[in-house]
Amino acid sequence: MAKKLLLENAHVENIRSYGVYRDRGGYSAVEKALKMTPEAIVEEVKKSGLRGRGGAGFPAGMKWSFMAKPEGVPRYLVCNADESEPGTFKDRYLMEFIPHLLIEGLVVSSFALGSNRTYIYIRGEYAWIVDILEQAIAEAHANGWLGKNIQGSGFDCQIYVQRGAGAYICGEETALLESLEGKRGNPRIKPPFPAVKGLWDCPTVVNNVETIAAVVPIINLGGEAYASIGVGKSTGTKLISACGNINKPGVYEIDMTISVEEFIFSDEYCGGIANGKRLKACIPGGSSVPILPANLLLKTAKGESRLMNYESLADGGFATGSSMGSGGFIVLDEDQCVVRHTMSLARFYRHESCGQCSPCREGTGWMEKILMNIEYGKGKMSDIDLLWDIQRRIEGNTICPLGDAAAWPVAAAIRHFRDEFEWHINHPEEAQKRNYGLANYADVRDAVLV
Amino acid sequence: MAEEKKLFRVIVDNIPVDVEPGTTILQAARLIGGEVAPPAMCYYTKLKGSGGKCRTCLVEVSKGSTADPRPMPKLVASCRTTVMEGMEVKNITSPRVIDARNGVVEFLLLNHPLDCPICDQAGECHLQDLSYEHGKEATRYEFGKRTFEKHDLGPHIQLHMTRCILCYRCVYVADQVSEGRAHGILSRGDHSEIATYIEKSLDSDFIGNVIDVCPVGALTDKTFRFKNRVWFTKPSDAHRHCDKCCGKVTLWQRGEDVLRVTARKDQWGEVEDWICDDCRFVHKKASDWIIEGPTQVNRHSVISQGHYVGMRKPKETISEVMGGRAPKLLMDIHSVSEVNKPDVDLGALPGPATSAVFNKEKS
Ligand code: SF4
Ligand code: FES
Repeated sequence: MAKKLLLENAHVENIRSYGVYRDRGGYSAVEKALKMTPEAIVEEVKKSGLRGRGGAGFPAGMKWSFMAKPEGVPRYLVCNADESEPGTFKDRYLMEFIPHLLIEGLVVSSFALGSNRTYIYIRGEYAWIVDILEQAIAEAHANGWLGKNIQGSGFDCQIYVQRGAGAYICGEETALLESLEGKRGNPRIKPPFPAVKGLWDCPTVVNNVETIAAVVPIINLGGEAYASIGVGKSTGTKLISACGNINKPGVYEIDMTISVEEFIFSDEYCGGIANGKRLKACIPGGSSVPILPANLLLKTAKGESRLMNYESLADGGFATGSSMGSGGFIVLDEDQCVVRHTMSLARFYRHESCGQCSPCREGTGWMEKILMNIEYGKGKMSDIDLLWDIQRRIEGNTICPLGDAAAWPVAAAIRHFRDEFEWHINHPEEAQKRNYGLANYADVRDAVLV
Repeated sequence: MAEEKKLFRVIVDNIPVDVEPGTTILQAARLIGGEVAPPAMCYYTKLKGSGGKCRTCLVEVSKGSTADPRPMPKLVASCRTTVMEGMEVKNITSPRVIDARNGVVEFLLLNHPLDCPICDQAGECHLQDLSYEHGKEATRYEFGKRTFEKHDLGPHIQLHMTRCILCYRCVYVADQVSEGRAHGILSRGDHSEIATYIEKSLDSDFIGNVIDVCPVGALTDKTFRFKNRVWFTKPSDAHRHCDKCCGKVTLWQRGEDVLRVTARKDQWGEVEDWICDDCRFVHKKASDWIIEGPTQVNRHSVISQGHYVGMRKPKETISEVMGGRAPKLLMDIHSVSEVNKPDVDLGALPGPATSAVFNKEKS
């Protein structure tokens, strides 16, 4: 079994309480970090090769070093816990089971970035986790890991938890900052980037929960040791939330050297497809990334086995690959309908668009309506090309990535499952009664593994 | 001892222009003028924070700067992107831009009622102009359009959300020009709407300016609604002494009657100076004003159709345009079109012009 860096102690009894967490070596990263200079910590994070775990995969150390440091202006660290991407629930797991790991990571990162007031912006629906986090913050405070002059270092830090109000768009970092400032959660137009003008116009870094938590093992082990785990630019471990038609849905901490095939079929992870069905397709990184049919999921276009890491999942670009995204791994078996599935994603994005820019505001609703027509037997052949044209004109032309996120699933579904769309349109009545099935995307394991 | 200001040289559609650092691509292109200036539906020079939303002003940056010549991968909103030394921008010379812009226009029209025949804004509507340039003759949208109830925002302004393109300009006006925040956006996505919370009325001395900044007919002047088509009215510049504002306005008259008072607008359709509600809604007699003379109207505007004296005539003569050559055939448009018959003064008619008017003149 792969080494666990984040969830090793997640199931120790009472790990939520400070005493148990501390006994298991908790807050040693803070002790170590406070003896280092902030620059040295940033350097370790750079060396670790840690990539943002929220979805974009941008190197965290680089993001930190971009932060402007004007004299006399406060700087902020904001932890993005607005985890709302369909299929993604890893941050929830981490915060719920081992909240002190996040708090510890936040103290270290706040020290590195010089943030005396640090915020956790948490998805409103995670109401009970707010209590868990606030409890952990109070304990950390009582034990001198937060507040004034932490452990005699002269560094002050306070952490506040802010609940969101139910908008997916507030997970976009600039919308999050607007919402945190008490305004309507509309994404800002960039530049300026938050590293220069973020919260209340001050330099700000926004990091995902898992990214912050990963800072703890990076400091404990050292950046180089962390970088030696994994492969290529996919260093360290990654939390994957697996769901859909698998035997063992849940959150897994993986070492990014394992193959997708192993992840789905081995008993250590997903345990294979549920009910003895066959694998049809998978969205490997949360609802925004392209869906891949089984054959392209397990093997890249070059015929190599696909691995669970940033580079390999993206191999082939969007034509034959996908993306690691946020680590929300959604598996579809042969009984699932890609048209219906795409329709519900389109509905999600239509509902969550903030409505600021015209391509996303109008285009998402249009795509949903067309997909509903196709799904309910009223589609026309020309609708497929029309959908393609709409998504093409949304992608890249919007203020924030939600527009792209709405376009990609539609594009990928048409790219890889066009015949299923055509079947729906040509057999409207039959399509109401049964699903298209596997067709020629047969689980390649049938052919490969015998 | 004026210090030499460093200027950035940028090239827009192969035309160079020197601008101060911090200028946006849109402003640089407007300095060149003409078609090179991208259309802007949400940006407004006078309103801080405006722009970036409608995406009609997207342009391609084919060279980032002299220092970093890489092109920008995505099209950028020219109204919110500042220029760099040596930047090269493609607007109408980029097929990618034209395609994206056509797409944006299609998106903007998707839920638009296209009720121009009964809309007061027709004739001076930026969406109308934009659609004329970039729109298709038919829509590919086969679904019901979203509709909203009309709302009165106070005694003088009506909001018709169905026509709104959510440019947010009026929200910025309410925030920046008039005191206190009175309205904003409710809801999200394609059901978001401009609204005052629980139908509060908008009252402030300057709130009437929301009508002038609205690029479409979503916010209309209730003292002018359905009184006349703009192209039957004649604009003239006028002023009065006003304690609250600059008092410099455009009067829109039909015969002797002042039908409407608006702020003066520049060639990009932007207000030059905000005016107060007193000037706009209350002073509706010609005797309230000192009339300076006809407003200059672009000859492409439909408002110039009634032989309007203030029409801006092209400077160049035909032989200049044709590089010294004489035209093979020269026809006066008035000799073929009855509608443009010079002896029918549309402005002097008591009501709308109909074919009867022209036929009567003929006989
Ligand atoms: S892309 Fe969508 S969500 Fe993002 S700013 Fe534009 S309308 Fe809002
Ligand atoms: S004018 Fe630039 S995006 Fe609207």
